[in-house]
Amino acid sequence: MVAHLLSLKWRLLLNGFKRSPLQLVGMALGLLYALGMLVLLVGGLIALRWADPEIAHTVVVLGGVATVLGWAIIPLIASAADMTLDPARFTTFAVPPRQLLTGLALAGFIGIPGLATLIAALGTVGTWWRSAPAVVGALLGAILGALTCIVLSKVVTTATAGLAASRRFKDISSIIVFIPLVLLGPIMMGIVEGVRNTSDYLPGLARTLSWTPLGAAWSLGGDLEAGDWAAAGLKILIALATIGALLLCWHLLLRRALVTPTYSGGSARKGGKLGLFGTLPGTPTGAVMARALIYWMKDPRYAASLVIVPLFPVLFFFGSSQSGSYGLFMILGPLTAFTMAWSICADVSYDNTAFALHLAAGVRGLDDRLGRALACLVISLPVVLVFTVGPLFLTGEWHWLPNLLGLSLGTLLTGLGLSSVISARYNIAVPLPGDSPFKKPPGNVAQTLLVQGAGMAVLALLLIPELALVAVQAFSGGPEAGWINLAVGPLLGLALFVVGVRLGGKWLDARGPEMFAELSVNR
Amino acid sequence: MTEPRHESMPISTPAQASESPPVSFTPDAADKKRSVQPQQTPGEPPLAALSIRGLAKRFGEKIAVDGVSLEVPAGSFYGMVGPNGAGKTTTLSMATGLLRPDFGTALVHGVDVWAQPLAAKKLMGVLPDGVRLFDRLTGEQLVTYSGLLRGMDRDVVATRVSELLAALDLEADAGSLVVDYSAGMTKKIALASALIHAPRLLVLDEPFESVDPVSAANIRGILESYVASGGTVIVSSHVMDLVQRMCSHVAVVAGGRVLAAGSVDEVRNGSTLEERFVQLVGGGHRTEGLEWLRTF
Repeated sequence: MVAHLLSLKWRLLLNGFKRSPLQLVGMALGLLYALGMLVLLVGGLIALRWADPEIAHTVVVLGGVATVLGWAIIPLIASAADMTLDPARFTTFAVPPRQLLTGLALAGFIGIPGLATLIAALGTVGTWWRSAPAVVGALLGAILGALTCIVLSKVVTTATAGLAASRRFKDISSIIVFIPLVLLGPIMMGIVEGVRNTSDYLPGLARTLSWTPLGAAWSLGGDLEAGDWAAAGLKILIALATIGALLLCWHLLLRRALVTPTYSGGSARKGGKLGLFGTLPGTPTGAVMARALIYWMKDPRYAASLVIVPLFPVLFFFGSSQSGSYGLFMILGPLTAFTMAWSICADVSYDNTAFALHLAAGVRGLDDRLGRALACLVISLPVVLVFTVGPLFLTGEWHWLPNLLGLSLGTLLTGLGLSSVISARYNIAVPLPGDSPFKKPPGNVAQTLLVQGAGMAVLALLLIPELALVAVQAFSGGPEAGWINLAVGPLLGLALFVVGVRLGGKWLDARGPEMFAELSVNR
Repeated sequence: MTEPRHESMPISTPAQASESPPVSFTPDAADKKRSVQPQQTPGEPPLAALSIRGLAKRFGEKIAVDGVSLEVPAGSFYGMVGPNGAGKTTTLSMATGLLRPDFGTALVHGVDVWAQPLAAKKLMGVLPDGVRLFDRLTGEQLVTYSGLLRGMDRDVVATRVSELLAALDLEADAGSLVVDYSAGMTKKIALASALIHAPRLLVLDEPFESVDPVSAANIRGILESYVASGGTVIVSSHVMDLVQRMCSHVAVVAGGRVLAAGSVDEVRNGSTLEERFVQLVGGGHRTEGLEWLRTF
């Protein structure tokens, strides 16, 4: 039975590669990246062989603790848990729990994250290639540590299966996780800064953590190298007890999960609240706009970009304060305009097959395009204005205001026009409705990259007048070019917006069914 | 009740009903005769609600639909039955403007779906199978959206939405997001979205799938009164029994071709529809093998 589960997981992994060649290219690139990171990591661990034992011990233990924590937390918040062998799917097969447990635990190693963790853990054997006892200890520690990772992650995902099945939890967690991710740079800087100030803090922390279930396994190699047999013996016991306790927890949770399928229902709510459908004009354009605005708020895939945008100034502020010059801060407005406008170039792809309603209802392409573009404009215009004017309070270079406003508005309007054309014609690989914004999208990644790249090149071309006027002011220093841009940006942008919406509408009218057929492939 | 914009379409079809029907989602413009098969004289254009002419579609190597032609008479309740993969969904998608055919075309009350798609789609209500909905809207919002998209007046939409939700027994959940609906409720809300503009022709792909018996009976009641007041319904289904009881006409489709079409009595020709179906489609070999299943 254990062998069956392992071969099932292996088969599932292989079948994941049986896609179209272009998709394979995308996957291969991702795999190459992961492989590169892994090689670097293992190389680093082996290089630690020649480092001071104290430092090596600290790095290995802290790294190991971070890995264990990662396995516990990431599946929870990113809804990225590998559910291909979801215990719930075995409910009807009456597999003996003990065998199911062993099979699922070992199958956890088959798959990119599991395999990578195991290989990296085995890299610590290289670190402790100093004496025979240390090698044995490191090997034992690596296996125990990797096993702890897998089982802990299973315990967490099984325990929270009910929670994770609730849509609201999924929606919120998938958005919140963006915040630390976007702010990763500043956070890392802060940690490095803190570490620099207290250099003897980390070894102490590592020594303490090595006595906890999180770090015990990772400490074995170091302890044996130091000849501390008593500590190593105790830590083996701690590590074994940890795995044993986790397996017991998992066993109990699994037994409960197998007989109580998760229930993901909400409470019924009466109608009567039409929301934006009641306030915006009762025309097809107004309806599309209302629907798009509701999605900006309620669909995590859209809402994620709304969460990121307020973090832009934080990032820029941090970057500027590091370099001491606020010059870069001034492109915040135009950059936000670009990001927001660009976000709807996958709008129809985000609809997925729900687009059938537009097609079956015979919505004119123009109404469809205009509604979506206006919804994005309503949200982004205030943000872009604030982000364009705001930085000037810091820099005090008010003579740049007209020019920057011209560039921001021009970028926003031109970008929306261009996005309206792109999303009418090209299907872009995006996460499916209901999936986490993080999830690797199904579909043609290569085409997506091509379309996005070409689209940005076209946008740069269309923005040449505005960019040239910015350059003129930068060289001449006079504000005249800025005032011209304040007129050129919005006017040219508006013209391109109208052209884009019309052209996109025409293309959608002509090719709606083909677009829908492309969308149906990835449902 | 004010007349919504979409109904002021000039259509070259028989006299439009002048008075509003009692229930708002029965067809507004309808030929009132409950005709089974309108008498046709040679040279006169046929009175078909949906006329499918030589539709064909190939996906790569596989020919999904191989020249399907069907005449769905106005006022009929038309069933389309066939085994899995027979090309039912593909045919209906091509007939409703969702999938461009390789050959052939479809006419809805004389309007060519592929030459004048916007005009043809106004006459049709479509329930596609296996597509997503805009499920981050509440049920009420989704049906309203569907009405407004068709250019209907907001007040008319509001009245019809509440009546539809009541008729389909969805009132209690009208304010919940569609993503939280059960499969049957999702089917019903999609049906409501297809009915909101009171189309003259309803094309429903698997409308009874995963719908509970009470709701199914409700839906049948709605569809029957719709047909009684002159509307035309075409449904695809696997449930022979249901089709035999409910439909006036039936087409048996398999392998992308029409094997038989006509009134239910003509097609079943004395036997039950199910027996006739198995006979037409073939492959109804009785339980040979599987002896071990009887020995436990």
